[in-house]
Amino acid sequence: MEELLIHIIVPIAIFGFVALFTLFAVYAERKIAGFVQDRLGPMETGKYGMLQTIADILKLLQKELITPKVADRILFATAPVLIFVAVFIGFSVVPWAPDFLPANTHTGLFFLMAVVSIDALGILMAGWGSNNKYSLLGSIRAIAQMVSYEIPVGLSLIAAVMITQTLNLNDIAFNQGILANENIYFLGLWDVSEIGGILAWNIFQAPHLIVVYIIFFIATLAECNRAPFDIPEAESELIGGFHTEYGGIRFAFIFLAEYAMMFLVSILGVTIFLGGWNTPLPNIGVIKMADWTTGLFWGIFWTLSKSLIVVGVQMWIRWTLPRFRADQLMSLCWKIMIPLAFVCMAISALWRILVMV
Amino acid sequence: MVLKTTIKGFTTAVKGLLLTVKHLFGARQSRGELDIRRSDYFDKQEGIVTVQFPKEKMPLPEVARYQLDVEIDDCIVCDLCAKACPVDCINIEAVKSPEAIGKTSDGSVKRLYAAQFDIDMAKCMYCGLCTVVCPTECITMTNQYDRSTTKLTDLIYGFSEMSDAEVATRKAEWTQFQAEKEAAKKK
Repeated sequence: MEELLIHIIVPIAIFGFVALFTLFAVYAERKIAGFVQDRLGPMETGKYGMLQTIADILKLLQKELITPKVADRILFATAPVLIFVAVFIGFSVVPWAPDFLPANTHTGLFFLMAVVSIDALGILMAGWGSNNKYSLLGSIRAIAQMVSYEIPVGLSLIAAVMITQTLNLNDIAFNQGILANENIYFLGLWDVSEIGGILAWNIFQAPHLIVVYIIFFIATLAECNRAPFDIPEAESELIGGFHTEYGGIRFAFIFLAEYAMMFLVSILGVTIFLGGWNTPLPNIGVIKMADWTTGLFWGIFWTLSKSLIVVGVQMWIRWTLPRFRADQLMSLCWKIMIPLAFVCMAISALWRILVMV
Repeated sequence: MVLKTTIKGFTTAVKGLLLTVKHLFGARQSRGELDIRRSDYFDKQEGIVTVQFPKEKMPLPEVARYQLDVEIDDCIVCDLCAKACPVDCINIEAVKSPEAIGKTSDGSVKRLYAAQFDIDMAKCMYCGLCTVVCPTECITMTNQYDRSTTKLTDLIYGFSEMSDAEVATRKAEWTQFQAEKEAAKKK
């Protein structure tokens, strides 16, 4: 009975978190956009416009569900659910604090990659089911982009997994700080198992993982269909891309999925490369900052703050860089990122054999 | 070739990102000076440029040309403004008076009643020519520019203070005066 209750509470808690995060992130996004462009952003609803996104979601919830006359009703209605669920399930294997995660599985990372790629199917369903040329064009672009960028994401993860030697996200996070089960070497030379902090993070355990993280970050940016890779949505060319025909709560779900995806790839990158729930503060002599700042609540705090910083960087990039052209997007993926990811994978293999032994 | 463009793309992207983050943190302050007539105006343009309109307003220069206003007591109904108007937004109907009605504040004698003095602000293009030709300076430009209405006809401003009955009596007076003059001529 108790176990059943936990199985019900955890998804509700994660959903609540995702919904709150979306409300906050949309507000943050609009404020950052405003500040970057020397504007103020939303200011009218509530103090400093803080109720703006709540007003937006209330408006969306009240709206009528309109299905186009010639749309494929079943595909059209299920697509937003599928898109959201695909992203939502991804949260089930991500650790928030030491041994604090919904499902501690040995194939966590593999499961996450498999589930999140269903997202592409949902987008295709939405575009095809709408029976609208702009929606279809948007989803064609989205599929081409997501399938292509899945490869550098996968390769960069393999490069990291070669170093960590496990697909269990909980174990990956454990081995990047003072609670590690094995010895950790900063740049493969200096034993930092007792020092921990930022020095023990994966990107510093093997220097080429910094490059891998950059590849991962760019490729996941494309996976989320965010600017500068937002050609599937491309407001100026395709109206709204695959979600042109959606309104009301269905649109809210697509929107929710987009922001949940942003957070999911951020927290995934944080878990694998940036130390997960581990503190960035190292132990220095008697000042045991790493020991003091490790624990359940500290873990949640570090995970959340690191992920939010990465989300902030995603927003910063969105409001700086213009959109890629479709062919530029493809050549960046196939000619630059995939070869580079392969090289990094080879380095990882050599690193494992020659340095870590 | 591909590598070169990619490296160039990355360096320019970093340049752009640095620029935007500078603006992001520059947004802690608003620009210091809104009045362009001040000599230090261009030195204080860092930060947010938004002016939250109904709450704060840009300072207006004295020669600003905004909505028209008519001091109908000073008007001699000469119709010059209506003639000068390039878009014909002023509509004046005069009723003649048998004798002088009174004087305006600058001493001009009024001989005409303004039965109708309408300005269509939706047509007005704020050129200010009417204020230039007015001999008694009764038509002026104010600093009012924020008048929103839900009906287009609300933008036709009527400045005549005469009621319909009054207009009718004045018209009757004039026809009577004309008739008397005709009768006197015939004798």
